[in-house]
Amino acid sequence: MYKLRLFKDKFMSKLMLVLTLASVSVLFVIGIGLYYHSIPILHKLSLSDLLTTSVWKPLKGLFGFYPFIMGTLWVTGISIIIALPLCLLTALYINEYAPARIRKILTPFVNLLSGIPPVIFGVWGVLFIIPLIQDHIAPHFVAFSTGYSVLAGGIVLAVMIFPLIVSIITEVLRTIPQDLRDASLSLGATGWETTRKVVLKKALPGIIAAVVLAISRAFGETIAVLMVCGNNAVVPHSVFDPGYPLPALIANNYGEMLSIPMYDSALMFAALLLFVIILLFNIISRVILARLERKLAS
Amino acid sequence: MDNKSLIGVQQLNVHIGNQHILKDINIDIPDKKVTSIIGPSGCGKTTLLKTFNRLLDNSADVKITGEVLVDGENIYAQGAEVTHIRQKMGLLSQRPYPLPMSIYDNVAYGPRIHGIRKKHDLDELVEKQLKATGLWEEVKDRLHASATRLSIGQQQRLCLARGLAVGPEIILGDESTSALDPVSTHIIEDLFVQLKEKYTIVLVTHILRQAARVSDNIIFIYMGKIVEMGPTHEVLHNPKEELTKQYVKGFIT
Repeated sequence: MYKLRLFKDKFMSKLMLVLTLASVSVLFVIGIGLYYHSIPILHKLSLSDLLTTSVWKPLKGLFGFYPFIMGTLWVTGISIIIALPLCLLTALYINEYAPARIRKILTPFVNLLSGIPPVIFGVWGVLFIIPLIQDHIAPHFVAFSTGYSVLAGGIVLAVMIFPLIVSIITEVLRTIPQDLRDASLSLGATGWETTRKVVLKKALPGIIAAVVLAISRAFGETIAVLMVCGNNAVVPHSVFDPGYPLPALIANNYGEMLSIPMYDSALMFAALLLFVIILLFNIISRVILARLERKLAS
Repeated sequence: MDNKSLIGVQQLNVHIGNQHILKDINIDIPDKKVTSIIGPSGCGKTTLLKTFNRLLDNSADVKITGEVLVDGENIYAQGAEVTHIRQKMGLLSQRPYPLPMSIYDNVAYGPRIHGIRKKHDLDELVEKQLKATGLWEEVKDRLHASATRLSIGQQQRLCLARGLAVGPEIILGDESTSALDPVSTHIIEDLFVQLKEKYTIVLVTHILRQAARVSDNIIFIYMGKIVEMGPTHEVLHNPKEELTKQYVKGFIT
């Protein structure tokens, strides 16, 4: 009996270790798998050609990924520029200003947004955002735009990452002790002064972490974006130009034109590219975050 | 109504949720003296202290009736502007909460908010208040290091300096030494005694010896009611109420 208990304990801890390793190793399996399938195109064209040329003509064997990389960066960048101030102020309102009653009403609404399937955001984008841009926003800036643009993609993405950022920042703000706010308030600081000079400063690493997570999510978001951003393989030069992000490229073409030589390998390379971009981005932001935390602690 | 004292409380009642935390509080806090509020935990002493600078405003479900007069102004009157009231009081909380910035910026935080911008003036103020709290010699070479690097006792003195820098008339201490070691506790207590020359000091404490060491007057609260108040010696050694006798018994023996 006695031994069985100890054995169970050991067995469970080992079991958990194995399962954890198994799930973590999926990351490596995917990475290696994508690389393996990208080898044909990497042999045919040099890495710098793939990354820096802009011509996408699979039938002629030309695979320039530059427009797709730029499409991804534009859409993601726009979404963060729109979402961050919005999310920050929303989270601050919910946490620092809203009376408990209003907070209780607002929080479920924010969370509800995260439960809406991406395709519905896509439809919403096509029905509302596209006409809005085409008829009301774009005419003020450019001669012609169909509305299908990186701006539309950015707006739809911004709405999609909104609940994620808000809920993380809300969590971060909740960890800041009320006494710290009181310390500032009791010196005669207003709520806004306290928020700006004390709360935000203390929450900065958490806010950065929220943004990093949101960007990673935005990089990979596929269906809603491909419905609104035009899917035109050219490098966007303004927010009203269409773009063609990497996930959309993969989703639109995989399984369709695989008879074209190198095409499936090219799509695998696109996936690998996305994978590496997100991985690098996460690593870099982690380093920055660690430095920042060390700086704040010292 | 006694207009002479800086803080006066009239018919104060505080409810939090369904609980009646403070019941019919009427007091005048003597100026330029140290007044200790004592009582068992949960008796409402910290709540009473926080009503003085309206720090309860941010808690949920709080209902406050009655008046708290600071400088003759009812701070719970409609339209009372809260930041200038708080500026009149320095708060020293249970644990030190240095703001996430340098030692210098911590002390300069309040003055900057209230409009002092010139570096020369700020330098002078920071030095003056750090000297007043005996911290200057210890930190003068690292004013721009983060305040969290200081020991907890130093942090508490920094918080006191930060509070003094806004030019208050009142110092509120909420069990300000409960997180500190005996040496730091002693330093803070001595500071209170020195500072009462210039400031009206109200302390919340559950340590009777501390109340005896530093205060001129004691207010004993039990279950949200003032049971007894008077000069320290009277309350501790010659209590009139049975409840007070029970509570201070441990101190006398």
